[in-house]
Amino acid sequence: MSTATTELDHDDHHHHAPSGIKRWLFTTNHKDIGTLYLWFAFIMFLTGGAMAMVIRAELFQPGLQIVDPNFFNQMTTVHGLIMVFGAVMPAFTGLANWLVPMMIGAPDMALPRMNNWSFWILPMAFTILLASLFMEGGGPAFGWTFYAPLSTTYSNDTTALFVFSVHIMGISSIMGAINVIVTIFNMRAPGMTWMKMPLFVWTWLITAFLLIAVMPVLAGAVTMVLTDKFFGTSFFNAAGGGDPVMFQHIFWFFGHPEVYIMILPAFGIISAIVPTFSRKKLFGYASMVYATTSIALLSFIVWAHHMFTTGMPVGAELFFMFATMLISVPTGVKVFNWVATMWRGSLSFEVPMLFALAFIVLFTIGGLSGLMLAITPVDFQYHDTYFVVAHFHYVLVTGAIFSIMAAVYYWLPKWTGKMFDVTLAKWHFWCSLISVNVLFFPMHFVGLAGMPRRIPDYALQFADFNKWISLGGFAFGLSQLIFLALLIKACRKHGEPVSDQVWEGAEGLEWEIPSPAPYHTFDTPPVIK
Amino acid sequence: MAQQQVYEKYYVPDQSPWPIVGAIALFLIAFGAGNFVVEQTKGESGYGGWTLLAGIATLLVMLVGWFRNQIHESMAGKYSAQLGRSYRQGMAWFIFSEVMFFAAFFGALFYARMIAMPWLDGAGNNAMTAEVLWPNFEAVWPLTKTPGGVETTAMGWMGLPLYNTIILLISSVTCHFAHVALEKQQRGKLIAFLGVTILLGCFFLTLQVEEYVHAYREMNLTLQSGVYGNTFFLLTGFHGMHVTLGTIILIVLFFRVLKGHFTPDNHFAFQAGSWYWHFVDVVWVMLFFFVYIL
Repeated sequence: MSTATTELDHDDHHHHAPSGIKRWLFTTNHKDIGTLYLWFAFIMFLTGGAMAMVIRAELFQPGLQIVDPNFFNQMTTVHGLIMVFGAVMPAFTGLANWLVPMMIGAPDMALPRMNNWSFWILPMAFTILLASLFMEGGGPAFGWTFYAPLSTTYSNDTTALFVFSVHIMGISSIMGAINVIVTIFNMRAPGMTWMKMPLFVWTWLITAFLLIAVMPVLAGAVTMVLTDKFFGTSFFNAAGGGDPVMFQHIFWFFGHPEVYIMILPAFGIISAIVPTFSRKKLFGYASMVYATTSIALLSFIVWAHHMFTTGMPVGAELFFMFATMLISVPTGVKVFNWVATMWRGSLSFEVPMLFALAFIVLFTIGGLSGLMLAITPVDFQYHDTYFVVAHFHYVLVTGAIFSIMAAVYYWLPKWTGKMFDVTLAKWHFWCSLISVNVLFFPMHFVGLAGMPRRIPDYALQFADFNKWISLGGFAFGLSQLIFLALLIKACRKHGEPVSDQVWEGAEGLEWEIPSPAPYHTFDTPPVIK
Repeated sequence: MAQQQVYEKYYVPDQSPWPIVGAIALFLIAFGAGNFVVEQTKGESGYGGWTLLAGIATLLVMLVGWFRNQIHESMAGKYSAQLGRSYRQGMAWFIFSEVMFFAAFFGALFYARMIAMPWLDGAGNNAMTAEVLWPNFEAVWPLTKTPGGVETTAMGWMGLPLYNTIILLISSVTCHFAHVALEKQQRGKLIAFLGVTILLGCFFLTLQVEEYVHAYREMNLTLQSGVYGNTFFLLTGFHGMHVTLGTIILIVLFFRVLKGHFTPDNHFAFQAGSWYWHFVDVVWVMLFFFVYIL
């Protein structure tokens, strides 16, 4: 490799961060914006979690005792919306902001000002959504999937606010995704070829493609809800020649790729952590890339598995069943590769690895229950029961969210330059791990026994299990306060200084720069062997 | 890596106030629109409309300020070929997202026409749906009588829609000629072709408004006339909004051309505007086939 010359034209001359509130409001720095995303996601996670506590408190006992059913519906709806659009997606975007430029040897994201805009739209959108809870008639109460006619004929007036807040969330996601794609396409350091990119970069590239492809479809869906409700159109009204089932088709055409938007970056994170603490190279790098790509492509042809019971020709049901089961093949490849990476590695169990291992086991449980749900005739019994709730919380909480926590523990020392409080972190891990299983595992049983989801009351025979589920839920909620304490300590830069590499087996460009990562990295492009 | 690698200069912009102004603008727009829609449909008075207007005004201030910064930076020669590629790729992906937005409405059109309506008329195993719910309903497209009994007239493709198709197709060609003239540094031709493109765009919009007036006043084709009217107005309406935006972009470009902002090597804004114009043109051709002719 000969010398790489650089001529970097910084308008932004200061090599340390500017101070005060303006730093955060006007920033064009990918690390600042990443931090903003991550803190926003965590605040939303606690907010959405508080709503889950209300849900579990109401379901602690059969009968209606704490909240009225309409408010319960608002809680289930807004809990879902916040966790999907406010917690998981922004957390991944925050990680992408922090890590993608450092991993590919770029000085920043490709479009730094738009990056700032993408972030600051989110607090605005969620202010509107949360404000609607306090308005006349209350917030949205039709489930995060806002099926017509619940969201059209039977919804309240704040639906308009819901629609427009989803619109601007979509604008934020699309701009964020464009930024990630362009950064990866255009900003890689010389020598960073496609098949040398870390898997986190690969998975985010494909996630960004999915976002750009499906967020506009969501925008279309909410627009049709708006016009159906307020302007007399009949997209989802059979009397006008439309069809409520059409809503579900459009929504899930967005919704299923959305599911992978929330898990593909997790695969990238686990693929970074497992090799480090196994002190081996990732097993089957190329197959991981191909598996990610095929999962993304398949995600466009499986949407109707969410609607097996809503009325489709048998041929369509079979098609969507088989297409869905096909996804287990590339997903299986991934789980196999992680396990094969650990095989005969010299494993150590630092906190990120603990979360990664929990991810592999628990995400696989969620994947297997997904396989059960994919089987059309079986789904006729499972549909809209707590079995479904158990399934998607295993993939989203112990999948996506555990991976985000793993990522935070893995990269936090690089961000702050100090090791986090390991004792607190282990407490956080074990409390979360135990409580999350007490919370979600019994949901499989009550679901199989027929307990319907989204209902504030239930039959007496489900009482014992629900008591345990609620206790697990409260414990899981409290466990996250340990995480909060740990993060505050870490941001105040308590702890032992760490080396540049931080973790013994860590490889990649981000581990070659100093800890904490300087405000601007890679003014000179790194040499990639 | 054998050969000498030259890493292109990369411009990291300084802190900017415009993104947060843009975020506030979107907040006002979303919050205002959400209230405005309710106030309008209920006939109440409120602050929704004003909030919406304030939001739009803020957005305009933001756009002017942000673009002014960009233009100054570009004219100061701070940009590199790499940044040009970033902008172009960003624009291309943005257009892809717009394609998917229209795809949602085309999807609704196809689903309603090919699946929902035949089922309401008893196709497949839905004989009893037709029998019990709407025994008199007949699934024909365009849907001139809804199951609920609302009647309307179908918009033909001859006349205005055909003229509009021709106008937009010509405008796409003139837009391309303007681009070619820019690359060959033929300033007179560039100004003439860009001017013609803008005029054709305005002409298209005028005819579109005329068509809407005709549909509402004489054909009883409204937003409320069932799924045919819904898909007609939402598809052509969103397209019209995009043409409006495209025309505004072209007008801005026109003034920048008069100021001599673009060179054959450095004209991202022009290229983006021209891509956008070709995109709205392609969408119209799809519309013409699937909404008007078929």
